[in-house]
Amino acid sequence: MLAVNFLLLAAALFSIGVYGVIARRNAVMVLMSIELILNAVTLNLVAFALMNGAIDGQVFALFVIAIAAAEVGVGLAMVLMIYRNRKSIALDELSEMKG
Amino acid sequence: MSALILAADDINVAQNVAFGIIAAMMIFAALSVVTSKNVVHAALWLVMVLSGVAAQYILASAEFVAASQILVYIGAVMVLFLFGIMLTRAQIGKEAGLNNKGWALGIPVGLLMFGLLAWVILDAFDDQVLPDRGATPTVLLSDQFLSIYLVPFIAVSFVLLAAAIGAIVLARKD
Repeated sequence: MLAVNFLLLAAALFSIGVYGVIARRNAVMVLMSIELILNAVTLNLVAFALMNGAIDGQVFALFVIAIAAAEVGVGLAMVLMIYRNRKSIALDELSEMKG
Repeated sequence: MSALILAADDINVAQNVAFGIIAAMMIFAALSVVTSKNVVHAALWLVMVLSGVAAQYILASAEFVAASQILVYIGAVMVLFLFGIMLTRAQIGKEAGLNNKGWALGIPVGLLMFGLLAWVILDAFDDQVLPDRGATPTVLLSDQFLSIYLVPFIAVSFVLLAAAIGAIVLARKD
């Protein structure tokens, strides 16, 4: 296997995730795009672990998976609270803190 | 370029073919996640991306990470997403207004970012071949977790506990 295969695939996933974060208006869809970005990073970590013959990349990948699970839990709880207060999860309507 | 190196001797052809098929499927599914008009369909496309990532982990000889990916992401995170969709929307089906007004700005940003990353990656790792190491023993991972990564491991367990309690506090009705 070539290292660039994995790295280019991860770069593509990362860019698609960034597009999703910018383009989407629904908060749940933005969280899904963030999952794409996190998976791209984890794929890179595993590829580098294979390249260097060290296992630390896989350890970090497992840490990233654990933190991502916590992030989704808190993120969706916040989205639920916003929905309960405003009956909408459109991100462009949340502009109270706009200067 | 990389396409020429594919014909070299030290490349496992079957592995590369499997990688290409799974990668094409993953990119198609990821594009569907960010362009789908239906939130539930986007969540199901995300399942395809996540299982593709798990398959790539197996190709990269990281079996335990692949198993954790399937357990945590497909087992737990996707159920959370589907619950989130169910609790925040009344109607199931196509929905207008899923995108921002300035959504087209994301296309040049994404393309520019991919171009920059691809340029850097090809510049740095153009002909680097990944060695064929076989399956990683899970014993090695657990040895790392319980020796030099013990403090971060305990810290992560506290983060998970705090996140669980925080999510309950945030989502509670009163």
